[in-house]
Amino acid sequence: MTSYAKPVEVLIDELGRLPGIGPKSAQRIAFHLLKVDRIDSDRLANAIVDLKDKISFCERCFNVSEGEECTICIDPRRNQAVLCVVEEPKDISAIEKTGAYHGRYHVLLGVINPLEGVGPDQIKIRELAHRVAAESITEVILCTNPNLEGETTAAFIANKILKPFEIKVTRLASGLPVGGDLEYADELTLGRALEGRQTL
Amino acid sequence: MTLYREDAVVLRSYKLGEADRIIVLYTRTRGKTRAVAKGIRRTKSKFGARLEPSTVVHAQLYEGRNLDIVTQVETRQVHASFRRDLMRYGRAAILLEAVDLASEEAEPSPALFKLLTGALRELDRAGNPLIVPAFVAKLLKLEGVQPMLEACVECSRSDGLVSLDLSRGGVLCDRCRSGGFMSAGARVAMQHVFEGHVRHVLDTTENSVAEELQSLSSIMLDQHFERRLRSSRVAYEHLS
Ligand SMILES: [Zn+2]
Ligand SMILES: [Zn+2]
Repeated sequence: MTSYAKPVEVLIDELGRLPGIGPKSAQRIAFHLLKVDRIDSDRLANAIVDLKDKISFCERCFNVSEGEECTICIDPRRNQAVLCVVEEPKDISAIEKTGAYHGRYHVLLGVINPLEGVGPDQIKIRELAHRVAAESITEVILCTNPNLEGETTAAFIANKILKPFEIKVTRLASGLPVGGDLEYADELTLGRALEGRQTL
Repeated sequence: MTLYREDAVVLRSYKLGEADRIIVLYTRTRGKTRAVAKGIRRTKSKFGARLEPSTVVHAQLYEGRNLDIVTQVETRQVHASFRRDLMRYGRAAILLEAVDLASEEAEPSPALFKLLTGALRELDRAGNPLIVPAFVAKLLKLEGVQPMLEACVECSRSDGLVSLDLSRGGVLCDRCRSGGFMSAGARVAMQHVFEGHVRHVLDTTENSVAEELQSLSSIMLDQHFERRLRSSRVAYEHLS
C-alpha cells in the first residue's frame, strides 16, 4: 500500500471507510476514478459536496431534512402524541410506504452495538428522552430492527430510558414473514410468533 | 468444492453488498473461519436469527476460494436473555471480541471453543458479572499467560501488594507499583480463579470485589491484546 502516490493512498483510505467497501474494492474504485474523465469525477465530487451543503438532519427528529425541521415534523396533520423510534432515516421511508402510520418519528442514527464500540451515548437516545419530557407524547413505538442489536437497543430504551415517564411503550410485532413456509422459520421467530398469536 | 459441517459460535458479522453478510465463526475443530451467508439480511432469509453474534450453531459450509459459504444452519444454543438485557449482551460481546482477537484462521483450539460456549451459556443463565473475569483468566492461561499473584514481581515481597500490571508479569508492592490498583480481596479472588476454583469465587465474592475484578480483567485484556476492547468500553463505561 505504501508504493502509491500520496493522493491515491488518501483516496483509498477514505473509500475504505465507507460501509460495505473493503480495502480491495477501495483500491479498485480509486484506480477507476483515476481513469475516468475529469467531468465525471467532478460530478461525483460535487454530488457529495451538495449533499452535505443542502441536506442535513432535522433538529427535532434527526430525519434527513432540507430545513431546520423535516417535512414530517412540521406537518400539522401528523399525530403529535405518537412517536416511532427507528435506527436510520431510510427506515422512515419504509414505514411511510405502508400508509399505516400517522404519528411522528425519532431517528437514533444508529443502534447500540458493543462489538462495534457503539454505546447509548453515541446515538440519539438522550435526545429521545428530552423529547418525551418536553412534548406531549403518550405512546412510543420502538421500531428498531428485529436483530440482536435492534432488540437490545429497544429493551434498553424501554427499561432504562422511558420507564420513568409512564407512557405507553410498544414494540413492532415480530412473527412469521407473510408468504413463507413454517418449516423454514428459525426457533426464535417461531417462538415469537406463537407468543404473539391472535384470536380469529 | 468441499462441503463440511462444524459446530461454531458466531463471533460477529459484517454487511456485504446488498443483502449478504460475512459471518465470523469460531468453529470447534477449524478455529476461526470467515464465511458468507447469502441473502441473510432479507426478512425472508432461511437463516433467520440463527447467525447473530453469540449463537452456537451446527453449520454446513462450502469451502470457497476466498471465503467459505454457509449453506445450512441449525441452532444449538441461543441466549435469549442477551436480547432483553443490554448489560448481559455487553459482557457477552467482551467474550466474543476477546476470542476474535485471540484466534487466527485455521488455528483450531477445541479448548477455547469449549471455554467460550460454556461462558456464554453461564452468562445467559445467571448473568453473574464474575463470568467475564473468570473467562479472562482461563483465556489468558490458554494463551500461556499466568500472572504472578503471590508476591511482587519486582522485589518478591509478599506483603503490601497493591497493584496489577500484566506487562510486568503480575502484582506489585507499594514500593514498585505500576498498572491498576488491586485490593487484597480482589487479589485472593483472582488467585482462586487462576487456580480453577471459579465456582467458589462466583458464589462467595462480594459486590465491591466483583466490580474490581471486572475492571481488572478488562485492563488485563487490554494489556494482553495491546488495545482497548471496543465492547468493554461500552459495557463498563456506558452501561454500568
Ligand atoms: Zn423531523
Ligand atoms: Zn516490590
